[in-house]
Amino acid sequence: MSTVDLGIPTVRPQHASPSSHLRGSRGFPAAARDELGNETQRGNLHHATSSIQAKRAGVVREVRDWQKLRNAGSAVKWQVTDHLPEMLEQLEASVTAAGGVVHWARDAEEAGEIVTALGIERGAEEILKVKSMATQEIALNETLAHAGIRAIESDLAELIVQLADDTPSHILVPAIHRNRAEIREIFLAAMPDLDASITDDPAELAGAARRFLREKFLDMPGSMAVSGANFAVAETGTMVVVESEGNGRMCLTLPKTLVSVVGIEKIVPTFEDLEVFLQLLPRSSTGERMNPYTTLFTGVHEGDGPEEFHLVLLDNGRSAVLEDPDGRSALHCIRCSACLNVCPVYARAGGHAYGSTYPGPIGAILSPQMTGTSGTDDPNSTLPYASSLCGACYDVCPVKINIPEILVHLRAQDVDRRRGERGEFHGQWDIAMKGASTLMSSPKAYDLAVRSAGPLSKVLPGKNIGKVPGMLPLVPGWTDHRDLPKPQQSFRSWWEQREQPAPPEPEPGAGADGSAEDEEGRR
Amino acid sequence: MRISLMTTCLVDVMAPDVARSTVRLLERLGHEVVFDKRQTCCGQMHTNTGYYTEAAPVVRSFVDTYEPTLDEVDAIVMPSGSCAGCVRDQHRLVARHEGDTELEERAEAVAAKTYELSELLVDVLKVTDVGAYFPHTVTYHPTCHSMRVLKVGPRPLKLLRAVEGITVVNLPESDTCCGFGGTFSVKNDATSDAMVTDKASNVVASGADFVVAGDASCLMNIGGKLHRTGAQPKPVHLAQILASTQEEPFIPADTILGRAS
Repeated sequence: MSTVDLGIPTVRPQHASPSSHLRGSRGFPAAARDELGNETQRGNLHHATSSIQAKRAGVVREVRDWQKLRNAGSAVKWQVTDHLPEMLEQLEASVTAAGGVVHWARDAEEAGEIVTALGIERGAEEILKVKSMATQEIALNETLAHAGIRAIESDLAELIVQLADDTPSHILVPAIHRNRAEIREIFLAAMPDLDASITDDPAELAGAARRFLREKFLDMPGSMAVSGANFAVAETGTMVVVESEGNGRMCLTLPKTLVSVVGIEKIVPTFEDLEVFLQLLPRSSTGERMNPYTTLFTGVHEGDGPEEFHLVLLDNGRSAVLEDPDGRSALHCIRCSACLNVCPVYARAGGHAYGSTYPGPIGAILSPQMTGTSGTDDPNSTLPYASSLCGACYDVCPVKINIPEILVHLRAQDVDRRRGERGEFHGQWDIAMKGASTLMSSPKAYDLAVRSAGPLSKVLPGKNIGKVPGMLPLVPGWTDHRDLPKPQQSFRSWWEQREQPAPPEPEPGAGADGSAEDEEGRR
Repeated sequence: MRISLMTTCLVDVMAPDVARSTVRLLERLGHEVVFDKRQTCCGQMHTNTGYYTEAAPVVRSFVDTYEPTLDEVDAIVMPSGSCAGCVRDQHRLVARHEGDTELEERAEAVAAKTYELSELLVDVLKVTDVGAYFPHTVTYHPTCHSMRVLKVGPRPLKLLRAVEGITVVNLPESDTCCGFGGTFSVKNDATSDAMVTDKASNVVASGADFVVAGDASCLMNIGGKLHRTGAQPKPVHLAQILASTQEEPFIPADTILGRAS
């Protein structure tokens, strides 16, 4: 068992372990290109994200002090990031006082070892799981499988993903990329007792999942379950799990041993702070005024619920995120997924294109910070660019994480890292940007270049620029998909003619026709 | 009023009629327009792509052009939500990245006097009916940075609704980004294409003859896609509609965002 490295100057914060599900095998542009080709998935995503988005907007509009709630949520989260080491120690003390056992996990491996050891010591063959992002992130199911322990997801959507041997593509709705016809097929393949006459009616599918899981729940007394937590109250040692289905509550109350794997950023200082977050989260997340099940548990109580409670506090790169003052507010995320549902990039490319447990806008700022990025070939170094910076995510974020600003900050870090490495700063973007910077900070040269663009482009046929051959740098990305206007007489040439009639056009250079413009005298 | 026109680099070269229309409109409203030919670019492309160090000289050039003239002009206008947004929100970040506090202060002073076109008209010049004439059906795309960075809100629509002869129809999913995003459109061209394809479909579905916006960059993206697919609707900048009159009506050219002579 290690100690938390926060606040201990001799131990440097470290990035997430490579075994974590935080990095895909390819960069975003290539992965997205493939995902975009999946028409069924695009249809499923568009339908699902636009309906959740509309539902969210409706229930948020009802809350007159929504902006004040967001401000409060943001303020509490800043308080937590500013005082994390002290609050973690406070949490450890209060959980211990309530009869729980606190474990510190520096990374995915340590967390996996702790949970596996607890399972082996208790002879567990199957472990029921409550939907949890942290355990997805650390690949806990795979780690347990290596030790011969089967993890069973109790959340309906996680179960669908697990039975299909697929990976989640959304924080809240892990199977968002699947439609009900696909889910029926998955169930038929994975549940041997299922009657083949089942239709793709959602109620029938839910019924099948319920029967499948009920058998697991009946076996649970005397066994072990693993959860995450939405919030961990430092003051009281209380864990909070927010869910819709009630399966989570079954797992949190029935087993003999309960293990919660919780990221160190999940802390809220006081019990009273839950008032803010339990209003912000369901409306932002499922678009409900209140979620159906909110389970709060504090340590152990004789004759009531699990006999043993273990809290695994997980760093896995979070301390590295905390180190960057301009990027650390990514840790404020309460995993509502509103930013995914509103993101036009996510809605088209889908969650798998991000290659991480955390997809969408929040994933694009969280994953590369948690893992660190090693260079241009690192798939996670492409994530900060996977955004048009439209800002829709920032508008809906319940804790006001300025995602667009952090995306640009991470782009600057990526560029500056390359700049700092000898011989690295010479990609076509680097050259183009340096050239443009020189030109755009030299008014005289720029003036000549702008005036020459129209005359020079006369060599091109037509009035618009169509497809440009792929050998040219940068431009084809644009012209493969859209036409471009051909430069005509620049505004500044027009302005000068207007101010002083009949000025000479500058000579644009050898071979070009610098004579009078075809648009002159238009006004 | 004396208004300094910062055309933006894109408009100067690729869509000059947007700047000419801005001049025509402001002069018709009785204002004096000045154009400083030392102007280049606001530095948004460099900044948003992460090239802060390369953005810094561009920002400095921008500030060097406008800061000395601040006492001589009442306002600086940019016919672009995203460029005005860069001036207001990002110049200080670039200056801070360079550790240049003097540049930061000077940039703040310039930013305080810089407006996007609809802001200038509604907030500074206090006008919504500019006496324009545009007898066509249009649909309005509220560009992301106008909407979310500058928060221009209903200003462009107020201006449009006051135009004589115009019919404004609803754009489905209007709040969704068109997929331009500067270098995003090249670095993530497949995703950007998926976004602009949907935007162009929604423009067609709106039944409008024109899609209007306050950013030439987004219009070049949407218009370029409409042109490539042979769709009928044409892009038009807010300035081009507001400059259009009975005497000098706007007629689109074959060139995207151009005006027929």
